[in-house]
Amino acid sequence: MSAGSASSAAILRARAEAAAGALPPLILTRGPVAATVAPGGHGLRRAGTGEDFWQYRPAHEGDTARAIDWRRSARGDAQFVRDRERQTARTAAIWIGRGAGMAYAGQGAAGETKQDRARLIGLSLALSMLRGGERVSLLGRAPGGGNVQAGQLSLDLAGQALLPGDGDAPDPAMARPGQVVVLIDDFLVETPLLAQFLGNLSGFGSTAVLLQLLHPDEEEFPFGGAVRFETAGGLRHDTRDAEGLRMAYRARLAARREDLSRMATQAGALFGTHDLGRPASEALIWLHGVLAAR
Amino acid sequence: MMMLGPIGFGAPLVLAALAVLPLLWWLLRALPPVPTRIRFPGTALLAGLRDPEPIARRTPWWLLLLRMIAVAAVILAFAQPVWRPPPPQQEGDALLIVMDAGATAAPGWNAARNRAVRAAETAIAAGRPVSVLLADGQGDAPLIFAADGSVAATLRAAQPQPWPGRYPVADAEMFADLPDGVLRTIWFSDGLDHPNRAAWLAALTGAGPVEVIPQAIPATSLSMIGDGPQPVLELATTGEQAPDILALGPDPQGIPRELARLSPGPPRREGGVTIRPVQVDLPPELLGRVTRFAVDGVESAAALVLGDDRLRRPVVALISEGRATSEGQALLSPAHYLRSALAGSARLIETGLTDALSAGPDVIVMMDRVGLEPDGPLADWVAEGGLLIRFAGPRMAAAPDLVMEPLLPVRLRPGGRDMGGALSWGAPRPIAPFDADGPFGGLTIPEDVTVRAQLMAEPSPDLAERSIAALSDGTPLVTRAGMGEGRLVLFHSTANADWSTLPLSGLFVEMLDRLVSSAGTRAAAAEADPAQAQDGIWTATEILDGFGRLRDASDPAPVPQAALAEGPGPDVPAGLYASGERLVALNAGGPITEASWPGATVETSSTPGLPLAGWLLLAATLALVADLAGAMVLRRGGAGGVTAALLLVLFMPDLSRAQEIDPDLMRAANAFAMGYVLTGDAGLDETSRQGLSGLSHTLTARTTVEPTSPVAVDLETADLTLLTFLYWPIGSDQPVPSAQAYLRLNRYLRGGGMILFDTGDADLAGTGPDNSADLRRLAGPLDMPPLQPVPDDHVLTRSFYLLDDLPGRYAGGEVWVEASSARDGTVNDGVSPVVIGGNGWAEAWAVDDRGLPVFAVGTGMDGERQREIAHRFGVNLIMYVLTGNYKSDQIHVPALLERLRQEEGG
Repeated sequence: MSAGSASSAAILRARAEAAAGALPPLILTRGPVAATVAPGGHGLRRAGTGEDFWQYRPAHEGDTARAIDWRRSARGDAQFVRDRERQTARTAAIWIGRGAGMAYAGQGAAGETKQDRARLIGLSLALSMLRGGERVSLLGRAPGGGNVQAGQLSLDLAGQALLPGDGDAPDPAMARPGQVVVLIDDFLVETPLLAQFLGNLSGFGSTAVLLQLLHPDEEEFPFGGAVRFETAGGLRHDTRDAEGLRMAYRARLAARREDLSRMATQAGALFGTHDLGRPASEALIWLHGVLAAR
Repeated sequence: MMMLGPIGFGAPLVLAALAVLPLLWWLLRALPPVPTRIRFPGTALLAGLRDPEPIARRTPWWLLLLRMIAVAAVILAFAQPVWRPPPPQQEGDALLIVMDAGATAAPGWNAARNRAVRAAETAIAAGRPVSVLLADGQGDAPLIFAADGSVAATLRAAQPQPWPGRYPVADAEMFADLPDGVLRTIWFSDGLDHPNRAAWLAALTGAGPVEVIPQAIPATSLSMIGDGPQPVLELATTGEQAPDILALGPDPQGIPRELARLSPGPPRREGGVTIRPVQVDLPPELLGRVTRFAVDGVESAAALVLGDDRLRRPVVALISEGRATSEGQALLSPAHYLRSALAGSARLIETGLTDALSAGPDVIVMMDRVGLEPDGPLADWVAEGGLLIRFAGPRMAAAPDLVMEPLLPVRLRPGGRDMGGALSWGAPRPIAPFDADGPFGGLTIPEDVTVRAQLMAEPSPDLAERSIAALSDGTPLVTRAGMGEGRLVLFHSTANADWSTLPLSGLFVEMLDRLVSSAGTRAAAAEADPAQAQDGIWTATEILDGFGRLRDASDPAPVPQAALAEGPGPDVPAGLYASGERLVALNAGGPITEASWPGATVETSSTPGLPLAGWLLLAATLALVADLAGAMVLRRGGAGGVTAALLLVLFMPDLSRAQEIDPDLMRAANAFAMGYVLTGDAGLDETSRQGLSGLSHTLTARTTVEPTSPVAVDLETADLTLLTFLYWPIGSDQPVPSAQAYLRLNRYLRGGGMILFDTGDADLAGTGPDNSADLRRLAGPLDMPPLQPVPDDHVLTRSFYLLDDLPGRYAGGEVWVEASSARDGTVNDGVSPVVIGGNGWAEAWAVDDRGLPVFAVGTGMDGERQREIAHRFGVNLIMYVLTGNYKSDQIHVPALLERLRQEEGG
C-alpha cells in the first residue's frame, strides 16, 4: 500500500470520524441476525455465550461443579445450570458504485466528486455501526468489527479506483444471507444486475438500502446551446439546444427514480436520494434513521 | 512572372484559387459551429431525446472573416509574391560583356571577373556567341563574337590596369561582327564615367537590354592636390565610407611599415562623388620617410599616391672633397658636423658642384671654399631661388682676393680675427641673443658656446640688416642676403670645432634646420612636377599593377617628358620614373565622376526583390491563432483560458527549441553527414548544398559511405564537434566570423575535423592559396599548418580512386594540403586538417532535386569526364577524411607483405 493511498485513507478516516461523531452508535434493527460466532448485541434466542440470562437447565454429567448455579439449585434437589443467551453481531455490507460517472464534480472539476461524498457517507456509516458493535465490511469482503476493521475499511475505501465504464452494479453473486447491504451510487445507468442483486438478497432474507447520490448539475441540467454531451464510457449525445432538453431530462430522471424505488420496494429494500449540494449529514441521518428504526 | 503594381507573382496561376473564397464563405456560413463538449454522467438519461425545435446556429461574421483572411493569405503566399522583384533577365541572341578595367576597377575585380566568366560560360553552353570589351584603354579592335573557350580565356587573363579606364570609340566598325538579333549586354562597371562611355551605352541600349553590375566596393581615388612640407591629399569615392589613409614607408630600421594613419576631412559632394580633403600633418622627418599613401582596405592603383621628390625632405647638396676615412679625421672634417646636423631634416647629396646642380637641390652647403664664378651655373641656381650656405675657414681667411669673392652676403675683410688665442688679448666670445624677429628667433643659446675666430665683414650701411646672428661684441656671426629669388647665407666661422664650439652644440642643428626649412622647395618642385618640367627622358624604375602593387619595371622604355605630363596611360603606366637624380611618381588616381545609366538596368547591391511568401504565411498563421482564440471565446465564454492558450501557442516552440540540439547536427553525428558553411550568400549556400548532395549520392552509389543530406553550419552557433567534414566556399559577402567561432573552428581542426576551402575562382593568377583576399580574410585567424601543393603520391590521390588531377568545375588549379614535413606529431592521424583550392568542386558535384547536374563543366564529353573525375576526387576526399592514415598504410601493404615474406623465408 502506497504512502499516498495511506495518507488519503487517513484523511478520509478523519473526515468520516468527524461526521460520525455527531451520530449515536448505530445498532442495526433491520434485517436478519446471522448465526455467526462473533459476539454481538443481538440475542439469538438460544443458549450460548452471551451476557443476558437465557434459562436454567438441569445439569448433566459433563457440567463442572463451577457451572452449577447453586442459588437456584438450593431451592430443589436437582442441580441447575444457568445458561446465557447466545448473542451475536449483525453484519452490514457497504457497496459504493465505481462507475466513471462517480468522478463528476460539476463543470468546474474542482469541487467534491460524487465518489468522495459516497466514500465519506459510507465510511461514516460504517464507523458508527462499528461503534455499535456491528460487523461491517465492503461488499464481498470478510466482515469484522472493532478498530482494526475500521482501519481496513478506510484503507479499502480510499484505495477504491474508478472503472473505465460508465455504470457499475453490485455483483449478484456477492449477495449473502444475513446482512444489510448499503448501496451508494448514482444509479444513472440502467443495468439488470442491480435488480438481480436485490432479488438474490431478498431471496436470502437479507435486505438493502439504496442511496442515489447526484450532483446538482444532474438534477438541474443547467446547460444551454449547442452541446455534445459525453461520458467517460463513450456515451454521446449531440444537441443544438440543450435548454430545450431540460424538461425532458428531468422527466427521465424522475422516471428513473421511480423505477429504482419500485425495484427496492419489491425487494424489501429502501430507496433514498442525496444531493451533493446538501451536507453529508442529511444522508447520514436518513441512513441512521432507516437502519436503526425499531 | 506577373506584375501587379510593385508586387510580382512567381506562380500567378495559384491566384485562380482565390475564386474559391466565395464558395468557402458560403460553406462556412452554412456549417454550424462546433458544439461545446461537456462531460456529463447524465448523458445516459439523454439517449434518444430529440431537440424540441432545431436551431440553426451560424458562425459569427468576424470569425468567418478571420478564416477568409487566413485562406486568402495562404493562397497569395503560394503564388510566390515578391515585392519589387528584379526585372526578368532577357536572354538575347548574343552576349557582350563590358568590363571596366581601369585602376578604379581593381577593388572587387576578382568577384566581377568570376561572374563574367560564369556568365560567358553559361551563354556559350547555350550556344550564344559572346564578346568581351575591356575598357582598359588599350585595344580598339572590333568586337569579335565567338562561342568557344577563347572568351573565357580572355576574361581570365584580364587584369585591371594601372591607369584610368577608357572605352574605344564606339563606331560602326566595332559592331562589324555583331550577329543578328538581340544583343544582351552585361556591364561590369566601377560606377565611374570614363571616356566614350556614354556613346557605348547609347549604342548598346539600342541593340538590346543592358544590365549594369556595379562593383561591390565603391571606386576610390586618391590624389595629391598640394605638396610642400604639408601636402594635401584628396580622397574621392562613390561610396559613403571614409576609410583612413595610411602613410607607408620604412621605419628608422628600414623595415616598411605603417608610419601614420590619417583621417579624411569633411566631405563635399560633387557629381555623385564624395570628395574629402586629407591634410597630411606629419613631422618633417616622418613625412620624409613616407614612400606612399594608400587608402586603407582598398587595393587599387587609383587609391595609392606614390611619394616622389615633391614629398621628400628638402634636398641639401653638400659640396665636399670626399669623405675622411678614419674616425679621427672624420671629427676634424666640417662635412661630418654638417652631415650629422642635416641628416634628420633633409636629404643629403654629397657630390661635386656640377652633379649637385643637375640634381636640383634646394640648398647647397659649401665649406670654406673660395674662387666661385660670379655668373656661373651656381649663381644662376641661386638667382632662381636656391639657398647657398657657406662656411668660413682658414682657406677663405687666407685667400688674397677675398674682397672680390662673389656669392657672399657681405664683403669680407681678409685675415680674420682670433680671440682668446696665445697671441690675443680677448677671451673667446659668446653669441649675443638672437633677434626675436630673425630666422633664429626663439632659439636658446647654451652658455658654453663660444667663438674663437671669425672672418670680419667690411663695415657697410646694410651690415646690421644682413646680420642675423652676432657675437656679444656685435660682430656678425651669420649674415644673409638675397640674390635674385634665392638667398646667400654665410657663417663667419667654420663648420667644425676649429674656430668655435658652436658645431658641437645642439644650437648648430637647430640653426641649420631653420635655415633649410626657410629654403623654398618651389623651384625644386617645379623641376619634379612632370606637368611643368619641359625636358628630360624618364625611365620607369618601378611600376604599379592595377591592384596597387609595386614591382620592378622589367623592360622599361624611356618616356619623353611630354608623355609623362599627359598622365598615366597604356604606354605610361603609373609608377616611379627616374631621370638622373630626379625621381617622379606618376599616380593613377585623379578626379572621378559618377556614371549615369539611362536606359540600362542597374543591379542594386541590396537584395533584389523581397519575397513576401513568408510574411503572408505568418499572417495566415496569426489569423488562424486568432480564429482559435475566437472559437474558444465562443465555446467557453472565458478569457483566461484563451490567454493561456495564446501564450502556449506563441511560446511553446521557443521553449522546446531551447532545450534541443539542432536535429541536423544530431543526424550528422548519428549517421554521417557532410557540413557546409553558411556564407550569407544564398546562391553560394544553395550551390554548396546541391554540391554536397551530389557527392552524397555518388558516395552512396559507389562506396559503403552513405551520407545523409548535408548539414548547413552557421559558424556562430553550430556545435562543430559533431561534424567530420566541412565545406567552406569562400565568398566575398561573408562577414568574418567572431573570435568565439574561430576558437571553435580551431578546436574542430585539432580534434580531427577537416575543412575544404574552395575559393571557386580556379586560382586564375596561379599564385597559390594566398591569391584570394577573401580567403586570407576568412581563413587567416585559423590555426593552419604549413601548406604544400598536393604531391603526386599523396593519399588524397589514391584513397579510393587513382587520380592524377583534382579538378572541380575548373581543372588544373593547384590544391594545397598540410605539408608532409609538418605532419609529424599531429593529432589528426596524419590527415591534413585543411584542403585548399579554387576548383569550384561544389559546382561540379551539384545536382538538383532530380539528380541532374546543375552547372556546366567544360564542354562536351571532356567536360563530363572532368565531372566524373571531380566526383572521384570527392570520394577520395571523404575516404581520406574518414579512414585517416589507414589508407596511407594500404599504400605500404605490398612492401609490408614483401618484408613478411622475406622474414619467413629467412
